[in-house]
Amino acid sequence: MAEPQTTPTRPVRFRVHRRKAGDSGGRYDSFEVQLDEQRTVLDGLVAIRKEQDPSLTFRHSCFHASCGTCGMRVNGADVLACVTKVADLGPTVTVEPLANIPLVSDLVVDMGAFYGPFSRAGRPLLRESELVPGSQRAEGIDVLTRYEDCIECGICVSACPLTGSDPRYAGPAALCAAGRVIEEPRDADRLAALRFADGSHGVWRCHVAYECTGACPSNADPGAHIMRLRRAATADRFRRWFGVGRAAR
Amino acid sequence: MSGQRPAAPVATAGPVERRRGWTGWFDPRGRRLGGWAFALNRLTGLGLVAYLYLHLGVLFLLSQGPDGWDAFVDVALSPPILVMDVVLIFGMLLHGLNGIRVGLVGYGMVATRQGALFVGLMIIGAIVLLAATLRVFA
Ligand code: SF4
Ligand code: SF4
Ligand code: FES
Repeated sequence: MAEPQTTPTRPVRFRVHRRKAGDSGGRYDSFEVQLDEQRTVLDGLVAIRKEQDPSLTFRHSCFHASCGTCGMRVNGADVLACVTKVADLGPTVTVEPLANIPLVSDLVVDMGAFYGPFSRAGRPLLRESELVPGSQRAEGIDVLTRYEDCIECGICVSACPLTGSDPRYAGPAALCAAGRVIEEPRDADRLAALRFADGSHGVWRCHVAYECTGACPSNADPGAHIMRLRRAATADRFRRWFGVGRAAR
Repeated sequence: MSGQRPAAPVATAGPVERRRGWTGWFDPRGRRLGGWAFALNRLTGLGLVAYLYLHLGVLFLLSQGPDGWDAFVDVALSPPILVMDVVLIFGMLLHGLNGIRVGLVGYGMVATRQGALFVGLMIIGAIVLLAATLRVFA
């Protein structure tokens, strides 16, 4: 019988941010993990928790870039750990929690704080169907619904330089959601979303760095949504000030 | 590894604020083109404000009569100051051209092509800078 093929592994050094509730400051713990070149940062963290330190806390669920729970900073870049291969990183992998969102423990941030402004924007979950040409539908299914591109990972908030320096800024994820409400209101309150976005701590706070768009793992393009919202907000103000046309509804 | 699970950490405090602050603007890790444009715009903006005050100081020399002004002109034509002139032109071009990008993109025009716009404007800036440098040292 043929021997089962084993993929060669190499030692990878992880430097992982640690801080539990009540600690006065953070620190970095080092771990060495044997991983093959197909393994991801999330695989490494799971191995650390299983084999070396069960007290390490981090969030994950799907392992395939769909749930948005494993957002973290790896070697300074804001990424989904489940699709970031260790082979693409240097010999040392530094893992930190997302920035600009309060920290709960080790690599876990307080998503409640993230969802606050996000929910105020309307937080659309489903978008109108976009069929891929030539795609087949299962028997008896006439209409497909599709989830919004945004997987609510918080990566854009961590990457945005303005969110880092202005705690009152609504942030790219919430503004991206407001932009989607304007684009496809369905039953949502379009005017409320626009008024939420149109403020000195809304779309006008953004300084066009586009780190949000660059970092977004789901092509939701928050930067472009913010810019389109500015146009919509400007048009809305003109309508209100000069009585030209109808205000957004 | 003992294999024993340590006791769950006792929560004695709520989530802690962890913002990158303004120093994060200049953190090069994971930075993309737009982020560099943002950071360089801050730096060149500060540089141009500093230059404005320097310029006002230099103009003040005019009130000192020909002696003060002529001495300054001698210094202004020295190579280190000419290099500073080139740095100034670099800052003005970067800030001004990036300002065009921010203005256009900021109002929803070419909102999905901001990277290409930045590269295009910087190529124009590089050509102008080269011509200006040759002129300064001519
Ligand atoms: S485009 Fe605006 S929201 Fe996006 S990263 Fe830049 S400053 Fe932040
Ligand atoms: S806009 Fe992109 S980066 Fe931001 S939360 Fe949504 S999926 Fe994540
Ligand atoms: S584990 Fe679901 S996106 Fe990474």
